[in-house]
Amino acid sequence: MQLVAISLTVNGQPVTAEVEPRMTLADFLRDQLGLTGTKLGCEHGICGSCTVLWDGAAVRSCLALAAQADGATITTIEGLVADSTLHPVQQAFWDEHALQCGFCTPGMVLTAVALLQENPNPSEAEIRETLSGNLCRCTGYQNIVRAVRVAAERIQSGRGS
Amino acid sequence: MKPAAFAYERPSSLDEALAVLGAHGSDARPLAGGQSLIPMLSLRIARPSVLVDLGRLSELDTLRLHDGVLEIGAMTRQRRIERDPLVRDHVPILAEALRFVGHPAIRNRGTIGGSLAHADPSAELPAVALALEAEIIVRNSQGARTIPARDFFLGPFTTALRDDELVVAVRFPTLRAGTGWGIAEIARRHGDFALAGAVAVLERRQDGSCTRAAVALFGVGTRPLRATASEQALVGRPLSTDVLREAAALAVDAIDEPLSDVHGSVSYRRQVTPVVVRRALEAAVQRATA
Repeated sequence: MQLVAISLTVNGQPVTAEVEPRMTLADFLRDQLGLTGTKLGCEHGICGSCTVLWDGAAVRSCLALAAQADGATITTIEGLVADSTLHPVQQAFWDEHALQCGFCTPGMVLTAVALLQENPNPSEAEIRETLSGNLCRCTGYQNIVRAVRVAAERIQSGRGS
Repeated sequence: MKPAAFAYERPSSLDEALAVLGAHGSDARPLAGGQSLIPMLSLRIARPSVLVDLGRLSELDTLRLHDGVLEIGAMTRQRRIERDPLVRDHVPILAEALRFVGHPAIRNRGTIGGSLAHADPSAELPAVALALEAEIIVRNSQGARTIPARDFFLGPFTTALRDDELVVAVRFPTLRAGTGWGIAEIARRHGDFALAGAVAVLERRQDGSCTRAAVALFGVGTRPLRATASEQALVGRPLSTDVLREAAALAVDAIDEPLSDVHGSVSYRRQVTPVVVRRALEAAVQRATA
């Protein structure tokens, strides 16, 4: 069985591994690194629950092979903040009740983080368009959209919470 | 489901990639952004023996303007194209069309070469290439050839590419000053594949009459289609509401091999074709100046 050597950074830590070429990045993060915060909802790129940050950009990890991530800097939900505090987006999700079962939440949070890094003051329409690739079965989305607006305001005013 | 096993090649240069493809022929598939191919691997719709990862081919990640042409390398990510000032200034319809392509996360990885080579009949970029009469540059280890967009898209997921060829770049003629353009589609949700879509490019004179029209349809046929009957109904006529409506109605004439699936029947797609054409034309007229 062919194995491919990869060397990447995950949540700030260097990682080297040998992977089967067919292993997706999502499965690598979950099964080989034990980072199960990244979820598998559909495994064909529709639901967004597998979203991670790849060199700072939101990417569907079920639509990448681990082999392709050689040389990449990956951030999963576990690596969003270095200590046990909450990122302003996470805090806003909590305050605005933007999660119920929590399955879509890591993907939603990381997608929102990437949005706010690029567009610190998004309109509601921009938030909805950006999040349209992340499906939620529980909340009906209203609180999620509000949480992203609240997080944007807090980050801009220099407060995390 | 997980992908079936395949052998994996990771060439460092275009020449190396072409040599690998030449050696394996139809057993090998190139992997660009993977946003279409990897779901196919996971669903086992695609089962290549060899996957050739083009991710190291930074020589194909280019975007430059020369001689009135915007030339974009095949491995250039869609997100980069969407935001590049050269695109916004010279081929703005490309940036606008990309807003409909999946979602930002898809566009962070998806490439223009991959989208064109994949040739999904419901995709936006092939229709933009067709409307703008782009040229697609392909290479194998023997050399290069240039394929006009109208000769490139042959059928569903079928292009003029040979097994040992790669798309290396696409050239878009820049839009002349005053050109109007528009794109409209109908999809169940934002980011879904279009059930019907249209790209319109118009030029007009001071008196309001149309001097050039290009209308390309996507999502309604087995490949993107030029609605030539619509175009002929526009050139030389004033761009009034009635003329646009009349031209939009003629677009269905272009649908020779209609598309149909669980998301939209032949008759539904045919029925909404004039709607998306009219919307695209209206947007183009709004933007066109003499």
